[in-house]
Amino acid sequence: MTVTSAGMPATGAAPSANGAAPAMPVSFQRRVIRTGLLGAVIALYLCMVGIVPIFNARPLVQGVISLGQAALILSLFATGFVATRRVAESSGRLIADGAIAGGLSGVALSALVLLGSVVDVRAFLPNASPVLYGILTFNLGTIGFWIPMAAGAVLGGLAGAIGLASPRMRRSLFVGLISLFALGLFAGLIRTPMLQLPVAELARLLFASDGLTLIGAVVVLVASVGLHHVQRTRRLDLQFAALPPSRRRRIQVPLIALAAVMILVLPQGLGSFFAQVIAIVALYVMMGLGLNITLGLAGLLDLGFVAFFAVGAYTVGLLTSTAEFGIAQWPFWAAVPVAVIVAMVFGAFLGLPILSIRGDYLAIATMGFGEIIRILAGSDLLKPILGGPRGIINIPKPIEVPPDSFLAGPNQIYYIALIGAALIAFVAWRLRGSRLGRAWIAIREDEDVAEAIGINLIQTKILAYMLGAAFAGLGGAVFAALVGSIFASSIQLMVSINVASLIIVGGMGSIPGVIVGAIFLIGLPELFREFSEYRFLFYGIALIAMMQLRPEGLLPSKIVRREFQHGGGDEPPESSASPLAL
Amino acid sequence: MPLLTATAVTKKFGGLTAVNNLDFEIEQGSIASLIGPNGAGKTTFFNCIAGFYQIEAGQIVFDGQPIQRLRRDQIAHLGISRTYQNIRLFANMTAMENILVGQHYHLRSSWIGAVLGTKGVREDEGRAHREARRLLRFVGLQNKGDLLASNLPYGDQRRLEVARALANKPRLLLLDEPTAGMNPAESQQMTEFIRHLRDELGTTILLIEHEMRVVMGISEKITVLHYGQKIAEGTPIQIQTDPLVIEAYLGRGSAGTAGHEATAIPAVEATQGGASAGPTPASA
Repeated sequence: MTVTSAGMPATGAAPSANGAAPAMPVSFQRRVIRTGLLGAVIALYLCMVGIVPIFNARPLVQGVISLGQAALILSLFATGFVATRRVAESSGRLIADGAIAGGLSGVALSALVLLGSVVDVRAFLPNASPVLYGILTFNLGTIGFWIPMAAGAVLGGLAGAIGLASPRMRRSLFVGLISLFALGLFAGLIRTPMLQLPVAELARLLFASDGLTLIGAVVVLVASVGLHHVQRTRRLDLQFAALPPSRRRRIQVPLIALAAVMILVLPQGLGSFFAQVIAIVALYVMMGLGLNITLGLAGLLDLGFVAFFAVGAYTVGLLTSTAEFGIAQWPFWAAVPVAVIVAMVFGAFLGLPILSIRGDYLAIATMGFGEIIRILAGSDLLKPILGGPRGIINIPKPIEVPPDSFLAGPNQIYYIALIGAALIAFVAWRLRGSRLGRAWIAIREDEDVAEAIGINLIQTKILAYMLGAAFAGLGGAVFAALVGSIFASSIQLMVSINVASLIIVGGMGSIPGVIVGAIFLIGLPELFREFSEYRFLFYGIALIAMMQLRPEGLLPSKIVRREFQHGGGDEPPESSASPLAL
Repeated sequence: MPLLTATAVTKKFGGLTAVNNLDFEIEQGSIASLIGPNGAGKTTFFNCIAGFYQIEAGQIVFDGQPIQRLRRDQIAHLGISRTYQNIRLFANMTAMENILVGQHYHLRSSWIGAVLGTKGVREDEGRAHREARRLLRFVGLQNKGDLLASNLPYGDQRRLEVARALANKPRLLLLDEPTAGMNPAESQQMTEFIRHLRDELGTTILLIEHEMRVVMGISEKITVLHYGQKIAEGTPIQIQTDPLVIEAYLGRGSAGTAGHEATAIPAVEATQGGASAGPTPASA
């Protein structure tokens, strides 16, 4: 509603712009206008859903720019960039077009400010508040209504001017801005451990408690652009790849050792909250690696994956709990293998009836299985055994330590989850290269041919379900110990969907991809709890963007990557921008 | 004693009888061809042998054992391998991996052994890789093992499919139009390759083929199907002069005119009676 009304003046301006420059091809001029209007819609949306006002609380560069402002600036800049992209025009026109498109977006924001000064629209749009207008006008009030317009024109013009720069410069600039953004977001995380080290002064110089300092911002920008330039000109990754294996190892081994030490001391530097976030990421890595076998390798979609997680968690709960429903009060370590085996049995149990189902039907059938387990866990029928909605409580920690010890609380689970994830990654890696792994991939590629080659479909598919379930069961077992209790409400369809999404985002069939996917889809939302309202908005944007820009995933398996290198041809391998260079 | 004997095999799709009361035999170590116009039931018969279709009536006996009720993987284990009319490689696996999968039945390592990395598994894998490299060399793809199957040129894909079938150490190899879509030079190469296969490995080969030069050049026995029925069987010379065959291919009335020339039986559905040198379109 508001979008159209605010966009009105812009629509009115379109014919006159066409009339003023009759020499211009109409379609081209229209494109600029259309992009500008689209930008206006996006900018208004950012304001209206509250992203701008809420994110404004978090500075990106202390005292200079907040995250909310950055979002708006980004949207205006992007509008100008998209409007002038892939157009061969004179420099003057490029800047003018960018300015028109960006300005149009700004006009919509200005119109919003003016509208807000006359009518109070908060009844329908709770976020269209004086706070928002203050952000848009730098607290000048209605008199500052021109500011968004002017800012839009300037930013759009700048974006147009970037089109003039060489691709290399443009890329350097983007790398710099992205680094700035990323480091600004994670400044707190980087600063906290640094403060405990001899580099505390440096940390204070570069990072504020939230966001970068002004000096930090300049340093990050210069350093990232510089590094990117060095990488471009010297091609360090290629130099590294060209080294003989022995010398390559001499560089790799210390790096890996350093990473391992950092991972080990991380909870001390960052505190238990962060340790817990990583433990949750590790749990999802375990489940992700499990589903990676069923879905990523064998191609069997399973949307009820949370069921195995639940089986693992409940098994550990029942066997170890010291409260009402505990049946054995075993130690955690004795219960874990049982949990894994029970999960495998359930995997076979799920696999058998759905062996011959394919494709979409498989998704529905497995989702149904997940729901059955969830409903059973919370049902009155099993209440005497599983506790119903009240669940099983008092699951002891795996290692009993005094409460003030370093291993107390989440830290302990951090290590256990990491060890579990590493173990599973190793098993998954060995399986991937084995006879069974190849059979799984063959089934994924062409089930009929795979069978005609001599692969027993029943056996191979059941093994895929069983081993996938085993990994998820181990994840569930660790989860039960992490939380200390297990409730029916922990078993959500959303968990299954999360696991499937992280595989898709990370790259189907790729083990590092699962880890990266879990960090992006599980770790980041946990770290940015304050914006959790928008979690699914960003989730959706991320998935759509992935499908558009990198359908093969962030870290695709070697084979898929090879396919893109040999086959595609139209997309040069992006060694500089991608983390693969390591 | 024949390696494979089919007796009174019938396969129906609804009201359509694709293979009708067919008797067929192939001798150990021979090369035989199935020919016939489009829709004659050649590929359907292949699918019956390889266990893709369940037959309605009749019996298929391979090496003394009835196979018509076995699963595809069990039939593969007995030593029957096949290729497909429209190439069906595992597109997202490398050439090497395609062949490694092909050896599935002959590798014995369990997944637990693979996880633990036992000595037996390592040796097994080493043997498998050596065998795969040998097969790649055998089909002339020695430098292309690391390429994705989908990125290989067409002719290489056909050869890789044969190599994958060979990895199962078959005693009977079913080739469904091995030269489809190839130019004359390529199909000549493929012909020599098929003969080489039989001579080197002693594999019994049954092929479906439309390219008459290939068929007449290498077959020791040719079976002609028409509307699911066998209308002729014999040596290439016998088939070329068989009036029923000529009628099936050219229609009634042409039997007297084109009978004597080897290339007179045109490939597939070409209606004119001239030579058929060009690549034949794949039939449905």
